[in-house]
Amino acid sequence: MIEAVQKAGQLLWRLDPILLDCVKVSLLCSLTATAAAVLMGAPVAVLLGRKHFPGRRVLVVAAHTGMAVPTVVIGLLLYGLLSRNGPLGVLSILYTPKAIILGEFALGFPIIVALFSAAAAGLDARIEMTARTLGAGRFGVFLTVVREAKVGLIAATMSAFGRLCSELGIAMMLGGSIKHHTRTMTTAIAMETSGGEFTFALALGLVLLLVALGVNIAAQLFRLPAQRRHPDVL
Amino acid sequence: MRRNSCWVQSGFLWVGPQVPDHRPLFRAMRVKKLGYVIVVLALIALQGGCKEGSSSQTRTIRLATTTSTENSGLLDVLLPAFQNDTGIEVHVMSMGTGKALRTARDGNCDVVLVHDPKAEAKFVAEGFGANRQKVMYNDFVILGPASDPAGVKGMKSAAEAMAKIAAAKSIFISRGDNSGTHNKEMVLWQAAGLEPSGRWFRSVGRGMGDTLEMADQMKACVLVDRATFIKFRRKIDLVVLVDGDKRLHNPYGVIAVSPTKHPHVSYNDAARFIDFLTCDKGRKIIGDYRLQGEILFHPWPKRGEQPAGGKGEGGL
Repeated sequence: MIEAVQKAGQLLWRLDPILLDCVKVSLLCSLTATAAAVLMGAPVAVLLGRKHFPGRRVLVVAAHTGMAVPTVVIGLLLYGLLSRNGPLGVLSILYTPKAIILGEFALGFPIIVALFSAAAAGLDARIEMTARTLGAGRFGVFLTVVREAKVGLIAATMSAFGRLCSELGIAMMLGGSIKHHTRTMTTAIAMETSGGEFTFALALGLVLLLVALGVNIAAQLFRLPAQRRHPDVL
Repeated sequence: MRRNSCWVQSGFLWVGPQVPDHRPLFRAMRVKKLGYVIVVLALIALQGGCKEGSSSQTRTIRLATTTSTENSGLLDVLLPAFQNDTGIEVHVMSMGTGKALRTARDGNCDVVLVHDPKAEAKFVAEGFGANRQKVMYNDFVILGPASDPAGVKGMKSAAEAMAKIAAAKSIFISRGDNSGTHNKEMVLWQAAGLEPSGRWFRSVGRGMGDTLEMADQMKACVLVDRATFIKFRRKIDLVVLVDGDKRLHNPYGVIAVSPTKHPHVSYNDAARFIDFLTCDKGRKIIGDYRLQGEILFHPWPKRGEQPAGGKGEGGL
């Protein structure tokens, strides 16, 4: 264990190129996928959380179930789609970072929808009406709801990001763990472990935690000013 | 105050005149700020898609190979030499032989380097592979705890040793993942004339390294390729119980994915890779490669002229 900490320190200190590549691919994929999931998930979540329409319950249940889909199943389904002899084979994105991003988006989207719709549903029922009387259009009302439920959105985003950057099945199945190209931190950990390099694998695990810590600290810093302005909201 | 506070506060860009500040809930500045967040998120989401372009400059082929080849470190010396000679970059994906051939069958890689003669021959016979060549070989060994509960140490016949392990119900860990090693195991069970089942026979469905670690933890018998064994031998307590049987021969073959089945594959570059593995330079790199002072792979002996591809001999 101590050896692993030392090794992690060494890797970081030397800016080990293999490590940097893994971190780069991991962050590229998980940040992109998280951003896309938030952009597309937030409107859906607001719709589910604030509007009452037939089938709403079904969609909420679907979103919650989506959070429980194993990553390898997502990987398998998308493999079938993206494979050369599959319907989307002509895109030729299997075993590229794009495929990982797509898979991670499919993983992150239900997380954002489920968690953020719950947060949005908890808001005061008069928000939309107030915003509308104050002259907001449809998009303005949406932004108001998002703003009021910001804390919920940040929490949803961070849990989605945490899940995506620590996910293994999708990155392995759709990325193929190609060195310098699609090897993420998690697939690197899996490969080093199966190669018997336990210390290196553990060191990579520690680096992964540090990266996640950094991103979460950044998110907290982003959130602090809001807290100062609205101590009562939080 | 005509405009609410200063534009610096609202972000790092000024985006046109702002709405007067008399709406308690719906302050333009705040909403604008949220707009920035959306823009930044959209940029992050977009850059992932644009990142790709750069790698299309160099020519690349995709190689699906076994975990034993990747773990041995041989590719780390072989591939740079190949790239140096030809300028072709090889993207390696390591997986069991069964999955590698499946990947090739689906047209998702250009060339495979695997170790299962029967499956390779079938793959070529079905028209998915072209230009199959033998590249190198080593052998399998049967490992077990030093106490040797089944009493098979030093036996000359691998099949008889497996039969004895089964009779003693000594724990045996099977790869169970349709890999080259797993199929070799099945061939040996068949030769021993039995279908393994029961509590002593544990099929784990994992890669070679993981399987070996599990066998070590459980003090079980396991069939393993020599390269992986050498890589792990200092970390495990298991010892070699049986080796040297002709049935434990482990040949590696390379096959390009057929361009008639999958027109998009880089067949020419894959063929150059196959040429490189079987030329004198490639053979020398394979034969000279050492791990912990031991030879891992022997280059396949040359047989005069290049044999015509496609006629794979099954079995040994």
